[in-house]
Amino acid sequence: MGEILKVHGLTRHFGGLAAVMDLSFGVQSGEILSLIGPNGAGKTTVFNLITGTLLPTQGEVVFQDHKITGLRPYETTSLGIARTFQTTSLFYDETVLDNLIVSYHCRTRMGLWDALFQTGRSREDERRCCQKAEEILKFIGLSERASEFARNIPQESQKRLALGVALVTEPKLLLLDEPTGGLTEEENIGMMGLIQKVRTRGITVLLIEHKMKIVMNISDRIIVLNYGQKIAEGSPQEVGGNSAVIEAYLGVGYGKN
Amino acid sequence: MVLFFQQMVNGIMLGAAYSLVALGLTLIYGILHIPNFAHGHKYMWAAFTSLFLVVNFHTNYWVSLVIAMAVLGLAGVGVERLVYRPLRNVPHINSFIAAIGLLLVLESLSLIFWGADFRRFPSLYDKPIHIFGVAITLQRLLVIVAAALFIILLQLFIKRTWLGATIEAVAQNPEGAQLVGISIDRVSSLTFGIGTALAAAAATLIAPIFLVYPTMGSMPNLKAFVVIIIGGMGSIPGAVIGGFMLGLMEALGGGYISTDYKDLFAFGALVTFLTLRPTGLFGKGVR
Amino acid sequence: MNRIAGKWIILAILVIAVIIPLVVTNKYYMNILIMSGIWSIVALSLNLILGYTGQVNLAHGAFFGIGAYASALLMLKLKLGFWLALPFAAAIAGFFGFLIGLPALRTRGSYFAIGTLCFNIIVTLIVDRWEGLTEGARGLMGIPGPGPIPLPWGGEISFKTMAAQYYLVLCFLLLTIFVLRRIIQSLVGRTFRAIRGNEELAEAVGISAMKTKLLSFTISCFFAGVGGVLYASYIGFLSPELTDYHVSFDALIYVMIGGVGTIVGPIIGTLLIVTIPEMLHIAAEFRLLLYGLILIVMIIYLPRGIVGWIKGLKGKRRQEVVWEKS
Repeated sequence: MGEILKVHGLTRHFGGLAAVMDLSFGVQSGEILSLIGPNGAGKTTVFNLITGTLLPTQGEVVFQDHKITGLRPYETTSLGIARTFQTTSLFYDETVLDNLIVSYHCRTRMGLWDALFQTGRSREDERRCCQKAEEILKFIGLSERASEFARNIPQESQKRLALGVALVTEPKLLLLDEPTGGLTEEENIGMMGLIQKVRTRGITVLLIEHKMKIVMNISDRIIVLNYGQKIAEGSPQEVGGNSAVIEAYLGVGYGKN
Repeated sequence: MVLFFQQMVNGIMLGAAYSLVALGLTLIYGILHIPNFAHGHKYMWAAFTSLFLVVNFHTNYWVSLVIAMAVLGLAGVGVERLVYRPLRNVPHINSFIAAIGLLLVLESLSLIFWGADFRRFPSLYDKPIHIFGVAITLQRLLVIVAAALFIILLQLFIKRTWLGATIEAVAQNPEGAQLVGISIDRVSSLTFGIGTALAAAAATLIAPIFLVYPTMGSMPNLKAFVVIIIGGMGSIPGAVIGGFMLGLMEALGGGYISTDYKDLFAFGALVTFLTLRPTGLFGKGVR
Repeated sequence: MNRIAGKWIILAILVIAVIIPLVVTNKYYMNILIMSGIWSIVALSLNLILGYTGQVNLAHGAFFGIGAYASALLMLKLKLGFWLALPFAAAIAGFFGFLIGLPALRTRGSYFAIGTLCFNIIVTLIVDRWEGLTEGARGLMGIPGPGPIPLPWGGEISFKTMAAQYYLVLCFLLLTIFVLRRIIQSLVGRTFRAIRGNEELAEAVGISAMKTKLLSFTISCFFAGVGGVLYASYIGFLSPELTDYHVSFDALIYVMIGGVGTIVGPIIGTLLIVTIPEMLHIAAEFRLLLYGLILIVMIIYLPRGIVGWIKGLKGKRRQEVVWEKS
């Protein structure tokens, strides 16, 4: 057990505004760490900085003891960091199964030559893609929807599929951005169960979530952001009683002490 | 030395011309996010319209300018309704392709109606006057003056009038604008009308300097796009500065380096800009 | 349409295609068919970057022209035979595609379209003005056709007759279809579609957008070059207009009308556009008018083209939008 991800002094400015300011934290291997905070606190920006969608103005990101600051998203994914997006992002023109198949591409080795001449390697890779896709399809519980188009399936299935797409890339660290967005109470529970199943596979989870019930139930640790800065860090109990946190959410005057 | 000043003056005139054409284009792109690739061909139709009026009906040059602006402005509104409005909620590249179709329609109609011949636009202002040894025709001066005038008028319109404010509102936040009761349809029509009218003004002013023919709009169209990409799509100051930069670059480059390859400057510049700074001088950076 | 019926239809079409020169002896019609074949190759190649990878490339005419001019120069100045010149010229077109793709593919959507269009203009300008290399506006003349292929049992296949040239083009068309189909149906093809559908997500699942687009673009330009070589050899004469962006627009129309993102679409589009106006003897200006109107109507009401529309009727795909929101 060690720190699978470390973030040092991470800062990102947009024009004059600091979306993230001097943020440092670590993610323990195998844990579920939740990132919470009011709207606009910079949580998705942190994800973007980790995956490489955005470049930090300052600071660095270290993944498994390798500096990954400035790498592009496809490179961080190859290294083992996968993510979902706050607004569900899928290949809508493709079927559920095809969504999963293409997402395994980064773990294959075939190239143009293999495709043209249908070499052993290409057939092997294509078989592995299908195999992996089927496996994840079962894992996320969408086996019946395999040949439906992603744009036609219900919201909850889309969220599951997005999770599946990220899982197919065989990540060691999974960044989930509001995986229960728009889901009902019942669906929340289903998604929570899925996230816990993910952890049993040995995958570390970094979670952005608004629904406090889920956060308190599922997290090993919580980090609270406000205006791009860390204002609290600790176990759910520690954070729940923290006055700065309460103030951030409910306004000045509500915090005790 | 005189050559330098001569080229500078030419460059300024070219720059004014490009700015004027680009102005309408950047307005439409900035507000509606539609890359109106048929802009140059509407410009061409405006030139033919005023030529037609002046030659066949002996209309006063300035009257024909106003009429051309009105006619093309209305045509712009019509085009927006028929072609671009159905494509409003679909990726912008589809509008680009529709614009290509429109371009072909306009060009072919021009060939059918007017034929492929190059025509001269009779001008009252083509006697050159000499200032400090530099020769310039009154027409060219007019282009510069008119461009400046239109730029100022447009800025005033956008910033000082209520209609202009609605246009800006839609540009910045279409949903918000709708919530406060602004009709996107109206604003779209208005923007297209104004943008096309500006192109019409540019065409009538510039036509007497060069020749009038069905494909006369292609180059100005492309160069206008170069201008707004360099200046930043949707920025009026960008269109002006980009236009003058391009005009000067072409005039000086053409005069000193090579007339054969002078068109290359525009496109070389564009390619460079797209590679290094795709959002233009006044746009926001990426990543 | 079930698989077996589909296979019989393809077989029937192939048979018809092979029999045509034996039945049609009119040179005029044969010419139309040969030109359709050449343009189909160009349209198919454009479809790879446009239909499957979702990037609207308006420089295709330039690569067609580069392939044509490269082969002509190789044959005329370096005295290479057709069979050697073809792969080299196509490779040169592909290489230029790679070079131009490197800067151009850093942009997207309309910016990419305009950028490629400008590249096209630059190429046309250079071909037109660099008289030392290309004879400029005078054009290149006397480009030889393919040399005869000796047969192992004596005798040879010569390409002097129209029928022979028709078969030559047909063979290359089939080869193009075969190769492109292999690529599209492979994992590589899936990555192209991923870029088209959702570039951000594609990057998030480990697909390098730049590398994928560059690959697609280069292959596309290679085959455009093949079309160019066939054209140069068949017509025997080249002028800078062949690299002009109007060629790019033509290719765009063939693909959009037939159907982006399908194999058969571009071929049908090309056949329709090349043959029908020709047969009806429609004048050039009216043809242009027709193309423009059709393009507008298609992009608004049938963005997936005729073939896409038919497939949609059968419930296979049901979207109006061709590319993701950018």
